[in-house]
Amino acid sequence: MSKVILTLSQVNKTFDSQDYQVKAIDDMSFAVKTGKVTGLIGPDGAGKTTLMRLACGILTPDSGDFEVMGIDVTKEPLQVQSQIGYMPQRFGLYEDLTVQENLDLYADLQNVAKDKRQARYDELMHMTGMSPFTGRLAGKLSGGMKQKLGLACTLIRSPKLLLLDEPTVGVDPVSRRELWEIVYRQVQEQGMSVLLSTAYLDEAERCDEVVLLHEGKLIMQGDPKEFSQTVNGRVFQVTVENSKHRSLQQKLSQNPAVLDALIEGEGVRLVMTEQSEPKAEVLLPEMVKANRKINITAVAPRFEDAFIARLKNKENSKEHSIAKIQVSGSADDEVIRVEDLTRKFGDFTAVNKINFHVKRGEIFGLLGANGAGKSTAFRMLCGLLPVSSGKVAVAGMDLRVATASARRKIGYMAQKFSLYTDLSVKQNLKFFSSAYGLRKKAQQDRIDWALETFELQEYQDTNAGNLPLGYKQRLSFAAALMHEPEILFLDEPTSGVDPLARREFWQRTNALAEMGVTILVTTHFMDEANYCDRLVIMSKGKILASGTPLDMKNLARTESQPDPSMEDAFIYLIQEKEQPDGRE
Amino acid sequence: MAENKTSARNMRLMGMLRKEMWQIIRDPSSIAIAFVMPVVLLFMFGYGVSLDAKDIPVGIAVEQADIVTQSLSDSFEQSEFFKPSYYHSIQQAQQALEERKIDGIVWLRSNFSQNLQAGKQAPIEIIINGVDSNQANITMGYIQGVWQSWLIQFSSSRGIALNLPVNLEQRVWFNSALNSRLFLVPGVIAVIMTMIGSLLTAMVVAREWERGTMEALMVTPLSMKEMLAGKLIPYFILGMGSMFISVALAVWWFGVPLRGSFWVMVLVSSLFMMVSLLIGLLISIISKNQFVAGQTAIAASFLPAFLLSGFLFDINSMPTIIQGITYLIPARYFVAQLQTLFLAGNVWPVILSNAFALMVMLVVLAYWVSSKSRKTLE
Repeated sequence: MSKVILTLSQVNKTFDSQDYQVKAIDDMSFAVKTGKVTGLIGPDGAGKTTLMRLACGILTPDSGDFEVMGIDVTKEPLQVQSQIGYMPQRFGLYEDLTVQENLDLYADLQNVAKDKRQARYDELMHMTGMSPFTGRLAGKLSGGMKQKLGLACTLIRSPKLLLLDEPTVGVDPVSRRELWEIVYRQVQEQGMSVLLSTAYLDEAERCDEVVLLHEGKLIMQGDPKEFSQTVNGRVFQVTVENSKHRSLQQKLSQNPAVLDALIEGEGVRLVMTEQSEPKAEVLLPEMVKANRKINITAVAPRFEDAFIARLKNKENSKEHSIAKIQVSGSADDEVIRVEDLTRKFGDFTAVNKINFHVKRGEIFGLLGANGAGKSTAFRMLCGLLPVSSGKVAVAGMDLRVATASARRKIGYMAQKFSLYTDLSVKQNLKFFSSAYGLRKKAQQDRIDWALETFELQEYQDTNAGNLPLGYKQRLSFAAALMHEPEILFLDEPTSGVDPLARREFWQRTNALAEMGVTILVTTHFMDEANYCDRLVIMSKGKILASGTPLDMKNLARTESQPDPSMEDAFIYLIQEKEQPDGRE
Repeated sequence: MAENKTSARNMRLMGMLRKEMWQIIRDPSSIAIAFVMPVVLLFMFGYGVSLDAKDIPVGIAVEQADIVTQSLSDSFEQSEFFKPSYYHSIQQAQQALEERKIDGIVWLRSNFSQNLQAGKQAPIEIIINGVDSNQANITMGYIQGVWQSWLIQFSSSRGIALNLPVNLEQRVWFNSALNSRLFLVPGVIAVIMTMIGSLLTAMVVAREWERGTMEALMVTPLSMKEMLAGKLIPYFILGMGSMFISVALAVWWFGVPLRGSFWVMVLVSSLFMMVSLLIGLLISIISKNQFVAGQTAIAASFLPAFLLSGFLFDINSMPTIIQGITYLIPARYFVAQLQTLFLAGNVWPVILSNAFALMVMLVVLAYWVSSKSRKTLE
């Protein structure tokens, strides 16, 4: 077998959008090695999905050669398709078919001999832990199980090359680990080659090799560990005693010597613009003057550090500040109170007796995998869904019966892009501000503020539907802030947003919290929990644990795991508190 | 090797068919469209819609009642077409017409009987509500019919031979009772099959695009032909199934005579079903979205089948341009075939010429569908 399973040479692919052309793949050349796990890494719109689709022959390149297993995929797509396995981002499971029927269908479609099937089914079901559920409709599986079934369906006929397009998006950490185990087993046992794309940068480190894409161009290819070494000596952890990590991060990121500052654990992780030993006097002069105990230690660089260092340039690394919002009341006021909140859909309990409260100016997180009940709880809080039992009070009132003026205190950003795609950025802002009663001068001022704060001037006359994803998210955020709300509800605000845009988003959110705005946020990104003051971890409608990020990590701290991540804590909680009954 | 290839192809096709069967069984909406809809539509058109005039409310304004006007009124009373009410003055009757209590007025002036008996001109004045022009014409015709037969009867009872130079002897063929249900029901069958063929098929294929299953199917060795066959076969069976239900209801419930051959009907229905399915596939391949596919299927096949097929509205009385458009509507040919097969019998010139038109459509559509459906996302 040759050493290379997939080769691109000078491949180009352009898509026509309404007003402009998008160069999805721009003169790209590289090769993927046989028998390895290769990761396609890059922010949204980097061309990862297009590349996958080109590789399996369902898109045709404009120019250049694309060979898969030595076959020209443009000329002989069927030949390639009969030897590869491809799992698209939204895998084609038939939700009205059972697990077994889905397996049978894909076995038929891939011409797996009938007498060989049962053994393979057993193996795959065992590997994915789904043996007890073969009779269940695929639509009734949890997100993680669906993903594992999708993978099982593509693996029925052990393909030589496995293509996975963002296989772990929205999947809970436990299922994510399992998916990776399955993939590596295929590589080790069958010598399969794997090309997968991912938006999770921690997953990049698990690959044998990574291919870094940005805006349709190849940035680099190589060993992820070597790539991380490129920022060697530029990564530090800073902690200051008795200092809020949020304000610390704000101070640090304003420093010109700092390229990136990220809240991590109890401190701030820094990536410096160049290799140099940072001095406390330079970074935090006021704190040194105030005789605070400052601790700066060099840490081993991670893939994400190198990734950010590579993509972040001076132009987009400027501070994303936010203009002041006036918030009344003291910091100890309890703004949100939830007591025994329950929601049932038929005989299914989506949210089961949850309790928590949020103080003014706090960032409070609801963490959990897809289907844990976060969004249901969230919608009850916003008054979008009636409660089955229990109490909800937001700023002392029940939003379902609150008056319009009371609702003015609330800002809401929905999970899906919920602005008018056929209206321009400006028209959307105008509409949302007038919905909250802003008129004339006040309205114009607010629109100008939004365009400036969120750097939308360039796009103000573009239809919202044609905006790049990151800008859509900014616009949604801006629309939620038009009326200067005191309480912000953010439902999965960073879902599908690349790491750079996520940083930007959190910078603005932090700034809002510093002004006293109370923020309730749901997320399935475990590392984002670090931005929260307090959080709850949800699973199956229940709260597994609540407290500060540090409390959570302390739960999972053991001798073998002295410095657990949020994800470790989550996995620990799931395994500790739940009976293994299929992880629905 | 060749045998291997065939068996591999059969395996893939069987896999698709089995999957499609499960989906149909588990999706209540496709079952409803295939089996409940035909029954509902047939009953709606069989009972609800009638193009016949019966029990037309008509006002008889008699200014001076006597034995002559009484006998004329009796004629209206006895006719199954009319439900007369009586007024003593034309003003009263006019008011009733304005209030839409009656659809027409027969006005017998005070000197009617006198003039008639004296052999003078004795005009009857008729006022019709012309809002619904079609209905007005029918009412007018029936009133004239009643009046004429009364006149003959009246004359003979007096021993006067009525001298009419031309006498009308009418024979109605094929639907001798002039029952509109008999030609509506075959037309409904064409509408039902259009719906299953185009609407249902367009929706289910678009669903594959929408849910992302199409992308996964494309990267299997499944060829586009197998994919299309996997969709055509199950929905063909479903459509023919509902055709049989409809025909059974038509014959045994509504008493529509089936004068032509059953097998000829099966044959022409299959032909029409294929045309309908291909339209559905074409729509879904182009639109790739359930909502758009549904709207397009309704606008491009279901509504034309309703309005332009000649099932409800006579094609010959449409404006020339619209008549030209009807040639593009497959249901037009099928409605003609069905009405002929049910009511007239195996009239080969009608059946074959229409079948030929459907054949041409089939070939054009098949070519169009296969050129549009490549294994690519573009």
